[in-house]
Amino acid sequence: MANKIRTGSRKRMYMKMVSGSLIRRASRLIIAVLAIAIGATILSGLVTIYYDIPEQLGREFRSYGANLIVLPHGDAKITREVMNNLRNLIGTVKIVGMAPYRYQTVKINEQPYIIAGTDLSQAEKNSPFWYIDGEWGHVMIGREIADTLNLTVGDTFTVQGVKYGEQAEASRKDLSAEENQKRNLAHQNFARKFTVKGIVTTGGAEEGFIFADIDMLDELIGDTFRADVIECSIVADADELSALCSRIENEIPELQPRAVRRLTQSQDIVLGKLKALVLIVTVVVLIITMISVYTTMTAMVAERRKEIALKKALGAENKLVMSELLGEGVLLGFIGGALGVFLGFEFAQRVSLNVFGRAINFQWSLIPVTIAVFIAITVLASIIPVRKVMDIHPAIVLKGE
Amino acid sequence: MSSKILELNKVSKIYGNLKALADINLSVNAGDWLSIMGPSGSGKTTMINIIGCMDTPSTGSVILDGVDISKENAANLTRIRRDKIGLIFQQFHLISYLTAVENVMVAQYYHSMPDESEALEALSKVGLADRANHLPAQLSGGEQQRVCIARALINSPQILLGDEPTGNLDEENEGIVVDIFRRLHDEGVTIIIVTHDPEVGDVAQRKIILEHGRVIDDIDQSATFCKTDGQALKLKAK
Repeated sequence: MANKIRTGSRKRMYMKMVSGSLIRRASRLIIAVLAIAIGATILSGLVTIYYDIPEQLGREFRSYGANLIVLPHGDAKITREVMNNLRNLIGTVKIVGMAPYRYQTVKINEQPYIIAGTDLSQAEKNSPFWYIDGEWGHVMIGREIADTLNLTVGDTFTVQGVKYGEQAEASRKDLSAEENQKRNLAHQNFARKFTVKGIVTTGGAEEGFIFADIDMLDELIGDTFRADVIECSIVADADELSALCSRIENEIPELQPRAVRRLTQSQDIVLGKLKALVLIVTVVVLIITMISVYTTMTAMVAERRKEIALKKALGAENKLVMSELLGEGVLLGFIGGALGVFLGFEFAQRVSLNVFGRAINFQWSLIPVTIAVFIAITVLASIIPVRKVMDIHPAIVLKGE
Repeated sequence: MSSKILELNKVSKIYGNLKALADINLSVNAGDWLSIMGPSGSGKTTMINIIGCMDTPSTGSVILDGVDISKENAANLTRIRRDKIGLIFQQFHLISYLTAVENVMVAQYYHSMPDESEALEALSKVGLADRANHLPAQLSGGEQQRVCIARALINSPQILLGDEPTGNLDEENEGIVVDIFRRLHDEGVTIIIVTHDPEVGDVAQRKIILEHGRVIDDIDQSATFCKTDGQALKLKAK
């Protein structure tokens, strides 16, 4: 039994005619729905990628190193409290890595070297491009030092130096060398034996450093946490980074932030080009979809001349017949758009997994937006064909045969 | 005495050099049953298009229910057609994706308000109550034409206008349709039918013969008009 239409329901009759036309003529309209669905798939997929690219690409660019260097003013140092303030200000969501560095001059075999105390786990996040022979951890030495001292992974070496706040005293002439060393060790100096866990190769200045845990270094030199610099890797474009620098300067006056422009500008250039590409493809897809809908609707109006003429003969005004055809367009746009949203997400997900190796989040707001856009496109593309209704004369079209 | 429902005064229709209708004068009373006959090209369809508000005359006036429709614009003609005319077509012209009852309701929808119970009643009057939820493709030609008649009647038009309504029907269905016309005539409906079929033309109360756009004969068939409800045409066919 067919669905009953209640008395007095013009809207229901309208919906019945519009949906009946689509459902019972589905085979004719499947091409139009497919065209709209494909258009919506590409559009929603590209928009999903478009919104996800800055996040994804930002993280990719973070593998090229820190993009924000935070220094203290003058000879001051950065305390743990200030660093925590900085972390809170940036927000943990945006931080890929945040590594404080404390540089201390030490001696190995009476030759001066610099030991960089840091949070090694954070440094690893900031510097995924470092090549490590052995493994990340306490203590790593640069390739240059390893070659000079002929050290390999697993070897041990002893570092010596003056404790924080102490002055190195000259050897007393009346004491033997052994007695002088004992005297220094006891009062001002430190010495500790380390095992090489990894050898760092970067092709840069890092190869001349010893990397150790900052807390261990503090304990070794007899001081509390005092960082010379904090290297941050943050998910942000050039503008966001610039704004962040201003906020840091205003809210934490002890610090002077410096964005690494080379990295952020490269990131922005790549992002800008990708966004332009997405925009161009989107416009092309929309135009192709409109052409497809226009062609389908033109064919539909031509094919249904008799039906349209009949409706006009029964007393339907042009605008009423046009509203029915546009209603069909709206329904086509709705179905195609709805299909496209979900297929588009699947498309974007596959692209993201293949290109960036990570999943993306479904943008719920895309559902109404895509559907609305494709309804608008379908209606827009239908206007010219549907206006041809006005040229249909019932007396001519319905003439007896 | 019956009131005049339609009056054509010196109506002509000219297409370029062709005069499809030439100075036609015709008067129809409410409740009359007219058949308009004539050879192809005699102007039958042009005349019915003008009466049915789907065309306008080049000259002359057409008074429908007291209103001169000859000078009305397209929008007004649409409104008048919707309110006063019920159309029956040779090709039935049912909407393929709507059921029989929905096809009847379409006319209600364009006129005022769809009412399924009224539409079902109209179908019942033409003997199709049990076929109400069938699509046109599931109906025979005769059944489709009866749906077309139910659709034409649903808004209680002042004139039922048929352009070759039996032209695509076999004899049995032709008889059924003519019987429906007869019943409608008995109920007081004004019927104007264009037909090629002399047997259908002969059962009308009055027969107009057109030739080259002119009325050459206006025959009152009241004397031979079969008053008894029934099988006039079928008997003739036999």
